[in-house]
Amino acid sequence: MSALSASIIAACARALAGPAVRWVNCRPSTRQRIYFANHTSHLDFVVLWSVLPRRVREKTRPVAARDYWNSGLRKRIAVNAFNAVLVDRHARSANGDRAAAARHTLEMLLEALADKNSLIVFPEGTRGDGLHVGPFKSGIYYLWRERPDVQFVPVYLSNLNRILPKGEFLPVPVISRVTFGPPLRPEGNESKESFLSKAHDAVCALKDL
Amino acid sequence: MKFKSDQQMLWILGAVIAGLVIASVIGWILARRAESEERKAATDNLNARIRAWWIMIAIFTISFVIGPAGSMLLFAFISLLALREYVSLISSTRADHRTLVWSFFVFNPLQYWFWYEGWYGLAIILIPVYAFLFVPIRLALAGDVGGFLDRAARIQWGLMVCVYCISYAPALLTLQIPGYSGQDAKLLLFLVIVVQLSDVFQYVWGKLVGKKKIAPAISPHKTWGGFFGGVATAVALGTGLWWMTPFSPLQALGMSLAIALMGFAGGLTMSAIKRDRGVKDFGHTIEGHGGILDRMDSICFSAPLFFHLTRWLFISPHPSWWL
Repeated sequence: MSALSASIIAACARALAGPAVRWVNCRPSTRQRIYFANHTSHLDFVVLWSVLPRRVREKTRPVAARDYWNSGLRKRIAVNAFNAVLVDRHARSANGDRAAAARHTLEMLLEALADKNSLIVFPEGTRGDGLHVGPFKSGIYYLWRERPDVQFVPVYLSNLNRILPKGEFLPVPVISRVTFGPPLRPEGNESKESFLSKAHDAVCALKDL
Repeated sequence: MKFKSDQQMLWILGAVIAGLVIASVIGWILARRAESEERKAATDNLNARIRAWWIMIAIFTISFVIGPAGSMLLFAFISLLALREYVSLISSTRADHRTLVWSFFVFNPLQYWFWYEGWYGLAIILIPVYAFLFVPIRLALAGDVGGFLDRAARIQWGLMVCVYCISYAPALLTLQIPGYSGQDAKLLLFLVIVVQLSDVFQYVWGKLVGKKKIAPAISPHKTWGGFFGGVATAVALGTGLWWMTPFSPLQALGMSLAIALMGFAGGLTMSAIKRDRGVKDFGHTIEGHGGILDRMDSICFSAPLFFHLTRWLFISPHPSWWL
């Protein structure tokens, strides 16, 4: 049932956003991956998910913010239909410890990865203006530290901010583009800063292709 | 619609389909024989055109069978796709969003609804008057003054070309010409045939005798030789089709000339827009999308003129000296 409703929602998103899909030095594959993309619209994860081949989709879960996606219709879309992993942004644990909350988020993602899922993440952590890709949060680095065997695939989403910008609820059917880039090849002992800047550059490099 | 009883229509459709079959076979043979890159590009272009003609004739046949209501829906959808291509290519800002929502989901449906209801007076002014006033007002309310005039003009122009002008094609079906009732679909077919013949023969004559370019900065393929040859051929063939229209041969000649000239102007103007946006064609930049605007450019300029000329001849009172 949930797979069916996800497929229907994805078909609607594809009709609305008309995404042209490009794979640049990267092939669709069922192997375990983390797709990390720029974030400009609530449509992002739906559209990204919808352009993956069916067999890849089945094992791909979006990571979404609990504060937005955990009530009413949104919850039915994110959790019931797409089986999203909901994580806390800005969270603090009961005793106000940010580090503990971050560890908890990381554990949830590692758990999803342990079930052989691929993930869709938006390392900016919030929606941008569509002109610039904001700085990446460090979560993606810790994911890599724990699971260097998983491929990290950069994705650039164009025009989705023009379809449904931040703060709007009626969409405009502008034609969008989803560009997948070659998986990251970090050094074994890559530092956090260097990993994050490589990841950031990999997404930005797809912008003008 | 009297599909079965209209023998003329069956003949024309049969002839067009036979022509398309021949064109498709030729296109297929040329594509197999093409070796140089230049030849390949030329045959690709030809085959894309032929495919588009098949789609056009399919759309036409469908709209003929389903009648005016269905035709309006079909063309409203075509307008939506055209506007979508257009908006995707122009740059729009965050502050344009709500105005675009209005354009897509209010003005486009309203335009076709007015035609369908036969509210001629409203249909012809909805966009050039009300939408043109509404767009800058809504943009002003959005509060962003950066490039205000540019942004307003871009949206107005998109509505004009993609919605208003294209809507004149199915509007032909609402003309109730005395002695021609139930046959209006042939007017639409006449328009499409003359426009497409003009396009094709401009290309063919351009290849044969075209030397001096009309506007090299805008369209390197448009030459004076192609223009005169193409327009003359289209007018000759269009005049020969007078029997499918309510026109006399002389009127058919005038109509064909108007259609061919406006079709040329449409192609040229849309090329200018594309150059301005730095692309060669609408379809190519946006992979996987048909390039509807590339195929509609000549029709959307000729349809309004053809509609009004026909209406002026047969519906509105006209001076007695007219033929």
